[in-house]
Amino acid sequence: MSRAFKAVITRDLRLAARRRVEALLPLAFFGVAASLFPLGVGPEPQTLRIIAPGVLWVCALLSTMLSVTQLYAGDHADGSLEQMLLSGEAGLLIALAKALAHWLVTGLPLVLIAPLFGLMFDMSVAGIAMLTLTLLLGTPILSLLAGLGAALTLGLRSSAVLLILLVLPLCIPALIFGAGGVVAVESGLSARGHLSLLGALLIFTVLLAPPATAAALSIATE
Amino acid sequence: MATPSIRFFNFAAPSRFYALAGWLTPWLWAIAALLAGTGLYIGFFVAPTDATQGDAYRIIFIHVPAAWMSMVLYLVMAGWAAVGWAFNARLASMVARALAPTGAMFTFIALWTGAFWGKPTWGAWWVWDARLTSELILLFLYLGYMALVTAIDDTRRADQAGALVAVVGAVNVPIIYFSVKWWNTLHQGASISMNAAPKMASTMLTAMLLMTFAFWAYAFAVVFTRTRAIVLERERDAAWVGELTRPVARVAA
Repeated sequence: MSRAFKAVITRDLRLAARRRVEALLPLAFFGVAASLFPLGVGPEPQTLRIIAPGVLWVCALLSTMLSVTQLYAGDHADGSLEQMLLSGEAGLLIALAKALAHWLVTGLPLVLIAPLFGLMFDMSVAGIAMLTLTLLLGTPILSLLAGLGAALTLGLRSSAVLLILLVLPLCIPALIFGAGGVVAVESGLSARGHLSLLGALLIFTVLLAPPATAAALSIATE
Repeated sequence: MATPSIRFFNFAAPSRFYALAGWLTPWLWAIAALLAGTGLYIGFFVAPTDATQGDAYRIIFIHVPAAWMSMVLYLVMAGWAAVGWAFNARLASMVARALAPTGAMFTFIALWTGAFWGKPTWGAWWVWDARLTSELILLFLYLGYMALVTAIDDTRRADQAGALVAVVGAVNVPIIYFSVKWWNTLHQGASISMNAAPKMASTMLTAMLLMTFAFWAYAFAVVFTRTRAIVLERERDAAWVGELTRPVARVAA
């Protein structure tokens, strides 16, 4: 693993550690958004159990999209992004490192807190385990795609909404297979097909999103 | 050169394209009107009533060609955008940008007419089946592309970023087409298949193909017109645009 890759990740993690409240905001958003659904839909455990996989997945998706706008914006504003791109390191390595750092700061906490919300939505133990597993496979996909969106909308007016419009359609397969796997387990079926497709999506995204993000960064900083 | 031949790259120069497209556009409009008139007449008056769906099926003559166009135009748009990005061809980027609104319109028509067809046959305006949903996603992709290219003020960056988005989104178009096989839903299978004999009456097929060609001609006409406007806008400092607009300015003064 190259030194630049490690350096970008440690730098982003250190920045997150220095601004702890800011780093935890996506998690708070996830909690608040997920709590709104029982209030809107009604407290019947039967209904909550049915909507839980989709609701929790959509909230994780939105939380990722909202937190990613700052991924490159800060570095772009103070010039460090250009320095990174000029350093001679491959742009896709930097894009991959940034996405990984973003996942470690926002995606991984979501995966860890999801079981708690699974309990609040009265899901079965097997369902909660599958929810955690699909989020573990799925949130890296979301971070990678969100990174691409952040690079594309770098420095634009209303970039946050634009990013959501651009990236959400691309996230739909991950949502379908992620939430679908949990639904399958909850109804007593095997989720192996869903997990395989989610894994395939993850490999596909890891291979294709970083080069696209690197291209978007070079377009944006040209 | 001994034998005179048409060199297509000549038309990549915005000024030549402007003249050629201006000459072609009225003919394309005429072809579109003629084909659409014939197609609709055959579709609505000549084609037999369907045994199971009654007359409601006749929306197919607008719905299916529009759905085809929505997908093809996205690929064409992504292709031209990529050409414009890779080879720095200005006109290709302008064509890509001109294609997006027409593609979005056909997507919207396909969804709208699909709802009109769904109500009498399925009993619902909208069902969340794979094909409808992916057509809706296609509409979002078009909107995302248009929103992004208009949000970026610098034309060069807008074209390149738009090309990237279009190419990334193009991955979605095959998924739309094969989604019928991926998910087992209540939407009926593809209307025309290449390796099986067409199941529909030949008049229905004729009407549908006429409508498809009419939509093609319409798309060409509209995209040419829109591209000409973009050419004028972007080349406003070029000498040939100045010559083109000067007489009009004098009359106005």
